[in-house]
Amino acid sequence: MSALPFHRRKDVRLGLRYVLALLLVVVFVFPVYWLFIISFKTPDEIFAFPPVWYPESIQFANYKVLFKDGDAATVGNSLILATVSTFFAMILGTIAAYSLVRFKTGGENLAVWIISQRMMPPVAIVFPVFLLYVWLGWVDSYTGLIVLYTAFSLPYVIWMMRGYIEDIPLELEESALVDGCTRWEVLWKVVLPMARSGLFATAVFTFIFAWNDFLFALVLTRTEVTTYTVQVTHYFGGQSNFWAKIAAMSVLGTIPVFITVAIMQRFLVRGISMGAVKG
Amino acid sequence: MSDLRITGLHKHYGTFHAVKGVDLDVPSGEFTVLVGPSGCGKSTLLRCIAGLEETSAGTVEIGGKDVTWARPRDRDIAMVFQNYALYPYLNVKDNIAFGLRARKFGEAEVGKRVARAAEMLGIGHLLQRFPRELSGGQRQRVAIGRAIVRDAILYLFDEPLSNLDAQLRDDMRLEIKRLHKELKRTMVYVTHDQIEAMTLADRIVLLRDGVIEQQGAPLDVFERPQTRFVAGFLGSPKMNFLAATLTASGVRLADGTALALPGRSGLKTGQAVVLGLRPQHIAMAGASLAKGHARLPVVIELVQPTGSRVQATMPLGGTSIIAELSAHDVSRPGEKTSIDIDMTRAVIIDPATDKII
Repeated sequence: MSALPFHRRKDVRLGLRYVLALLLVVVFVFPVYWLFIISFKTPDEIFAFPPVWYPESIQFANYKVLFKDGDAATVGNSLILATVSTFFAMILGTIAAYSLVRFKTGGENLAVWIISQRMMPPVAIVFPVFLLYVWLGWVDSYTGLIVLYTAFSLPYVIWMMRGYIEDIPLELEESALVDGCTRWEVLWKVVLPMARSGLFATAVFTFIFAWNDFLFALVLTRTEVTTYTVQVTHYFGGQSNFWAKIAAMSVLGTIPVFITVAIMQRFLVRGISMGAVKG
Repeated sequence: MSDLRITGLHKHYGTFHAVKGVDLDVPSGEFTVLVGPSGCGKSTLLRCIAGLEETSAGTVEIGGKDVTWARPRDRDIAMVFQNYALYPYLNVKDNIAFGLRARKFGEAEVGKRVARAAEMLGIGHLLQRFPRELSGGQRQRVAIGRAIVRDAILYLFDEPLSNLDAQLRDDMRLEIKRLHKELKRTMVYVTHDQIEAMTLADRIVLLRDGVIEQQGAPLDVFERPQTRFVAGFLGSPKMNFLAATLTASGVRLADGTALALPGRSGLKTGQAVVLGLRPQHIAMAGASLAKGHARLPVVIELVQPTGSRVQATMPLGGTSIIAELSAHDVSRPGEKTSIDIDMTRAVIIDPATDKII
C-alpha cells in the first residue's frame, strides 16, 4: 500500500470504509428484510431449504387472515393506547418539568427522585397494579393501560423536558411576561415553540415505549384491548408456531413506528443532539 | 406627576442584600439612567420595577398605582432586554406584534402599529425576516420596536447596547435618544457605561452597593460630585486622586508641591485630604497663566494618543496622574515640560468619609 501515491491511498481507504458500512447495513437490515419477506411467503417457502431469499410471488394471504379474524385490530389497540398515553404524558410531563425548572418545585432534588422511578423493574409492580385494577374494574380496559403507560412515561418526559426547558433563555419568558402573557401563555407561546425539537423527540420515545410494552399488556388485558405485542405471542403454539402470522403481525406492528420516526426524523436528530449537548 | 415612584425598596437574595433602601421618583416623560459598576444593584432594581423580581420591602408605584405585588403584565410597562429576547421562531413582524397580540389588539390595529414602529426604526424592509437572519444592530432595533409599539406608561431598558460593537453602540445610542425625544415617554435605562449614562440621561442615578450614591442632571453630577466614588466613576479617563494636606492657602502634595485653592475658605489647616483632578482640567502650559490655575514642571512618562486627544501620564505628588491634552501640543515621553492645572475645578475629598468637602 505504501507504494501507492497519496491520492490512491485515500481512494483505497474510502473504499474500505464503504465496504465496512455496507457490511454493517446488511447485519442490521437483514433481519428486518427477512421479517418482511416471510410475511409475504407461503408456508412452503417459509420452511424451504435452501431458504427462499426472495419469494416467487408476493402474496398477501397472511395479512388477509389477520384482518379477517380481527387480529389486526390489536394494532389499532396499540395505536390508541400509545397515542393517548403519549398525549397525556407529554402534557403533564411538560407542565411538571416547567414547574421544576422555573419554580424549583420540590427543591433541587425532586427531579432525581422522579427519574428514580425508572430504576424500578416494571415486573415488581405489575401484580399489585393488577390487584388494584381488579378492584377498580380497569382490567382489560383502555383506561387502565393508558393510566399506567402515562404514569410510567412521566418520569422520562419530565426528565427530558426539564433539560430542554433549562436551555431556553430566561429573557424570552420574562419578555413575554412583561408583554402581557400569563404563565400559561408563556408556556404555550414561548416554551413549547422553543422546546419543539425536544418535545417531538421525547414524544417519539414515549410513544415507542408504550407501543413496545409487552409485560403490562400481557397481565392487564384479556380480549378487549389486547395489544399487538400480546397478539403476536398467541401464534406460538404448543404443537407449532404460525411463522407467517407472526411475521405479518410483526410487520403490522413495525409500520406505525417506521412512519412516526420518518415524519419526526427532522426533529428527532435535532432533539436528541440538543439533549446530548447539555448533559 | 411622576410615572414611577419607588419608596424604601429592599431586595435580598438569601443572605445577599442587593438593594438597600432605594427611594426614587421619576417624573413623567423623563429619561432616567441607572448607572453603576456591576453588582451595584441597578439591574435588580430595574427587575423589581418590572415585577420580574419580588421586592423584599418597600413599594413600587407606576402611573400613580401601587404595583408592588402586581404581575409584570399588569404594570403597563414595556421592556428591552440585554440579549434582545427575540423569539427565534417568529419573524420580525410577529416579534414586534407579540405584545399587542398578547393584549388582544385587533389585527388591523396590530398591522398599523407594527408598520409605524418599523418605520420609526428603519426596519420596514425586514418585517418578513427571522431573527437569525438579522445583524446585531437590526436585532436590537426589533427589540426596541417591540417595546415602543406598545402604549406603556413606563419603558425599561436593561443594558440594551452592551452586546453591540462600539460603532453600532454609538449609532443606537443616538437612535434611542431620538426616540425619546419623539415619543416623550418615561424611560428608565440601566447601563454600566458612564458615557451612555451621560449622553442619554435627563437624570442620572448613580448606584453603589445597593444604595443611590447621587442623582441629578448628568452635568450637575459630573461637575459637582458629592463623593469620591461618583467623582471617580464619571469621566474618562478617570479623575486623578492625590494624597494631600490642607494648608492655609491651599494644599500640599506628598512630595511637598504646594498648590493654591482659589475661592475656598473654611478649610481646616493640617487635615489630610485627597485632591481630585480631572484629566480634562490639566493642560500644557500656555503663554499666560489663567486665573486660578497652577503651573507645575513635569516630565511626561507615557503618551496614549486617542485621535483628537492624547492621554499623557506623568508623575506628580508621589503618584502618577493622567492628563488629557490636545494632540498637537504634547511633548515626547521623557521630555521636561510644564502643565497648567485648573484648581478652581479641583475637588477636595475627606478620606475618612469619602465625601467631597
